[in-house]
Amino acid sequence: MSEKIPVTVLTGYLGAGKTTLLNRILTEDHGKKFAVIVNEFGEAGIDGDLVVGADEEIFEMNNGCICCTVRGDLIRILDGLMKRKGKFDAIIVETTGLADPAPVAQTFFVDQDVGDATKLDAVITVTDAKWLKDRLKDAPEAKNQIAFADVIVLNKVDLVTPEELASVEAAIRAINPYAKLHRTTRCDVPIDQLLDRNAFDLDRILDIEPDFLESGHHHHHSDAVRSMSFTIPGDVDPEKFMPWINDISQAQGPNILRSKGILAFKGEPRRFVFQGVHMILDGDLQRDWKADEKRSSRLVFIGRDLNENELRQGFEACAA
Amino acid sequence: MNTTTAPVSLREHVVPVEAGAHVIGAHWLKSTLALALADGRVLRWTDGALDSAEVHAGGILCCCSDGERLITGGDDGRVVATSAEGVSTEIARDEKRRWIDAVTLSGSGSIAWNTSKTVHARDDKGRVRSHDFGTTPQGLVFAPKGYRLAIGQMNGVCLWYPATEAKPEFLEWKGAHLDVMWSPDGRFVVSSMPENALHGWKLGDKPTHMRMTGYPAKPRSLSWSHDGLWLASSGADAAIVWPFQGEGPQGKAPRECGARHAKVTRVAFHPRALVLAVGYDDGCILMIRLTDASELLVRPALRDSGITAFAWDKAGKRLAFGTEDGMAGVLTLPAA
Repeated sequence: MSEKIPVTVLTGYLGAGKTTLLNRILTEDHGKKFAVIVNEFGEAGIDGDLVVGADEEIFEMNNGCICCTVRGDLIRILDGLMKRKGKFDAIIVETTGLADPAPVAQTFFVDQDVGDATKLDAVITVTDAKWLKDRLKDAPEAKNQIAFADVIVLNKVDLVTPEELASVEAAIRAINPYAKLHRTTRCDVPIDQLLDRNAFDLDRILDIEPDFLESGHHHHHSDAVRSMSFTIPGDVDPEKFMPWINDISQAQGPNILRSKGILAFKGEPRRFVFQGVHMILDGDLQRDWKADEKRSSRLVFIGRDLNENELRQGFEACAA
Repeated sequence: MNTTTAPVSLREHVVPVEAGAHVIGAHWLKSTLALALADGRVLRWTDGALDSAEVHAGGILCCCSDGERLITGGDDGRVVATSAEGVSTEIARDEKRRWIDAVTLSGSGSIAWNTSKTVHARDDKGRVRSHDFGTTPQGLVFAPKGYRLAIGQMNGVCLWYPATEAKPEFLEWKGAHLDVMWSPDGRFVVSSMPENALHGWKLGDKPTHMRMTGYPAKPRSLSWSHDGLWLASSGADAAIVWPFQGEGPQGKAPRECGARHAKVTRVAFHPRALVLAVGYDDGCILMIRLTDASELLVRPALRDSGITAFAWDKAGKRLAFGTEDGMAGVLTLPAA
């Protein structure tokens, strides 16, 4: 099996600086060749050899899973690109400002041909320090994009005061304390901080400690997108945990944007690691727990309208 | 399972052809083999003589043929016809350079292709009609008779008469419809789906559904037998061959030919006999006779050299193939 081509998904609200970041990635001297899948073809002014226009066609898989949506255009384009192996080292998918990142991410887990040839590396969200707080109020898409991100480029920090910056960062961290956050002007972030993140690679989920410790659980109004994490200071019973997490994913999948977990299964020397996008879960037994490592079980959910107490009690009932 | 005994080999009758890039499609133009390549070239092979020309800047995404010309669609937004002699003529060009990833050709020489959600049909006199569909068409195929197109779409297949103003007929079935095939007698339309299934309709006043499921992968290669009674498909560890006698395959079990520990990627029925060429993702090619399931080895497995294209010549004497790593070959059947 030849090496899978890494795919980076670039999201961000209109005007945040996505195109600037994309052009930086493409023009910087890194010796890599990219295939770029852009929306609104021909209008953005992207400098690159292999630029493909996409239509953002989302479709529901006919498999009974209501939130199991994928990007049909992406499947078709990736299929075409994979016949030209060797012409590029990595793929970047730029989404429209209004796009929900979930169907893009799910495409890599649901479509077997896409999953065989490529791997999702990370979701990068570009945000605008000046306008993000307004967008979080009026645009659910902006919230989804923050919630989904593995890397957040907080751009245009030169346009705000230190107080405003602290306030916008707190707003971001209330939704997603786990993403790597870079403060930039003109998206000047080192490219190696954006690429080869392996954010969806189970082997690389070494740690799910927040990037930012104060995860501000103060936003309890109804449409709140926020994160929550639960820890059991010991083992869980897989016979209880697996059905529970499957039920939760089925019942609350539409509201769970991302999930991750590292678990100690009773009697199992290896760590069980999983990550999920809506209803789609991907999990595996990974490396052994180290001798000096405390066996514990931890879950993280980022989602909308999640019932924290119910989730906590459900998880705690899985303790071994 | 017929894999316990090694099949008799036709290997010594295969002439290798160096293609140099992923083979998108293979077609015989009279006695010349034309290979459409992912790097934008069309390679022509005539009894060992090779010639290639860059027909598309970038890459070729799809192709089809009527035995006279090779029609290619590329990521340069162009549709090009190439003759057996190697003369290329531009049929259409999209000013936005959008990908052309579906083309089809009718027996009478009509051509259809898509740009995003628009399907363009060019009749044999060169008149082009275009129609916008709700979602990007994937598979395109003309009816065996008459100027009518089947268009694979989201949640169904559209049947469109490009020469008329009539609203296209929509055969509804939830899910995405990728490749589309029309049976040679015109009675059935079959599509492949990302849920690893085929879906079929028996046409008529009230089209009836046929579900053909159970594949471990998408069945992206389909081939009708010369008598139109069998439809072979890829997408499993054997070629899955559905019976289309009478009312079609609903409720009937398919035949499984050439089961191996590899995935079938291409199938092609012989144009005159119930013999099926089966290509696998491990590079192996078997030729299988449907009547007694006997197998002949055409090409042994070869790493990273999965089969991507087949073409029988009109007489059924030669079988051409192409692979993902830029290899190709021509098998000439020994005189019986």
